[in-house]
Amino acid sequence: MRHLLSAKDLSRETAIEIMDTAEGMSEVAGRSVPRLPALRGKTVVSLFYEDSTRTRTSFELAAKMLSADVLTFSAKGSSVSKGESLKDTAQTLAAMGADAVVVRHAASGAPKLLADSGWIDAGVVNAGDGTHEHPTQALLDAFSIRRRIRSGDSTGTALDGVKVLIVGDILHSRVARSNIWLLNTLGAQVSLAAPATLLPRGIEHWPVKIHFDLDRALEEKPDAVMMLRIQSERMHAAYFPNPREYSRFWGLNDERLHGLSDDTLIMHPGPMNRGLEISAAAADSSRSTVREQVANGVSIRMAVLYLMLSGARRESQ
Amino acid sequence: MTARVLLQQSDISRALTRIAHEILESNRGAADLLILGIHTRGVALAQRIATRIESIEGVPIRVGSLDVTMYRDDLAEKPMKIPGRTDIPVDGIDGLTVVLVDDVLFSGRTIRAALDAIVDLGRPAAVQLAVLVDRGHRELPIRADYVGKNLPTSLAERVQVKVEEFDGIDEVKIES
Repeated sequence: MRHLLSAKDLSRETAIEIMDTAEGMSEVAGRSVPRLPALRGKTVVSLFYEDSTRTRTSFELAAKMLSADVLTFSAKGSSVSKGESLKDTAQTLAAMGADAVVVRHAASGAPKLLADSGWIDAGVVNAGDGTHEHPTQALLDAFSIRRRIRSGDSTGTALDGVKVLIVGDILHSRVARSNIWLLNTLGAQVSLAAPATLLPRGIEHWPVKIHFDLDRALEEKPDAVMMLRIQSERMHAAYFPNPREYSRFWGLNDERLHGLSDDTLIMHPGPMNRGLEISAAAADSSRSTVREQVANGVSIRMAVLYLMLSGARRESQ
Repeated sequence: MTARVLLQQSDISRALTRIAHEILESNRGAADLLILGIHTRGVALAQRIATRIESIEGVPIRVGSLDVTMYRDDLAEKPMKIPGRTDIPVDGIDGLTVVLVDDVLFSGRTIRAALDAIVDLGRPAAVQLAVLVDRGHRELPIRADYVGKNLPTSLAERVQVKVEEFDGIDEVKIES
């Protein structure tokens, strides 16, 4: 793997390979010294043009657990806020000898530009670009589902026949986009439940089933329900009348929680708006995978960095 | 290219039984032992040695598996490998006598990586090494405590160990 730019481009084999590698990594976090020497001497740069504490710390922790050196460039308090272009920043990082760049950018396609430009030789990982994709989130979600559903040894398996329902703001959600493509590649059946105002144009061409009623969608007994965050920072128009109405129609409240079967997983990419898209009882229930998703996120990102930066594979591609 | 079968199933079985007895003899029992197989084929061999020790002593024995991929010194040059799982007893390896098990002992670099991996897992009382085949050509000051078969080889030859759990057959072949 040279770069990880989108979940849509991932083949089934590569996705399973990443999850299998993450399985091996997951045991490291529990050790007294959670370190593996695999990426000693490699430099991983996290280049975040948008605020993100979770994804950035998850990537940085993953890199540190593999003994890589980590440099952080965040938009605030760096040359980026002084108006430096992506090209100049990339060339600076190249001159510093970066082996991998983890990039988050408000513009869709920025990571691909960085990977294809020739400005920098490093591997590029997309950590979220605009409303386009967030592939490591999709990988960690698929990994979390796989670990729960295939308890025991899940190595080598995909998600064939698993029913996943994604609820909420599909329009602005790169998490939803990446998840739809990856889950589909892995053989899962994806359905969406969202108000029409929060669905993107052209959705009818996606490999998904669309519901305009959450209760009816839940009647189909999904194996996992993924609640998306209402991203108030991206709500520049009146997509729904008010939060209380949204919560009543589209939130996973206590009443809907009780209607779910006992083994339905409740997922959320975080950060959660408790009381809006998900109730506290749902977020804290034993069916919730929210905290596992965070832990699995570190394992997945370790796997991605390891597969990108180690081995002769880099030269051969 | 010619291939010769050097050990058959019965030879391998006898060697493992002898190794099990030797481990028990030099450690005076199985009390604080952990039989730790190195991925991939060492895991199967460790399991068989443990089964033999259990039937000799009549007590359960700790078995584990160790993946050393991330500790290899050729990680940057060799084609990348998917790391396997490391399984050790839940209460750790502190104070135990760890018997590492691998199929072939050659340069010693895998064992060097395994020793580093063990250090990251805890502080065992002692570490010993059991191998099915020792083919020589060490590049590091490492030796085995228990050897199934010493095979003098030339560097041009290839030793191939197959175990039933992974390859469907038990045999040791040498190709030249």
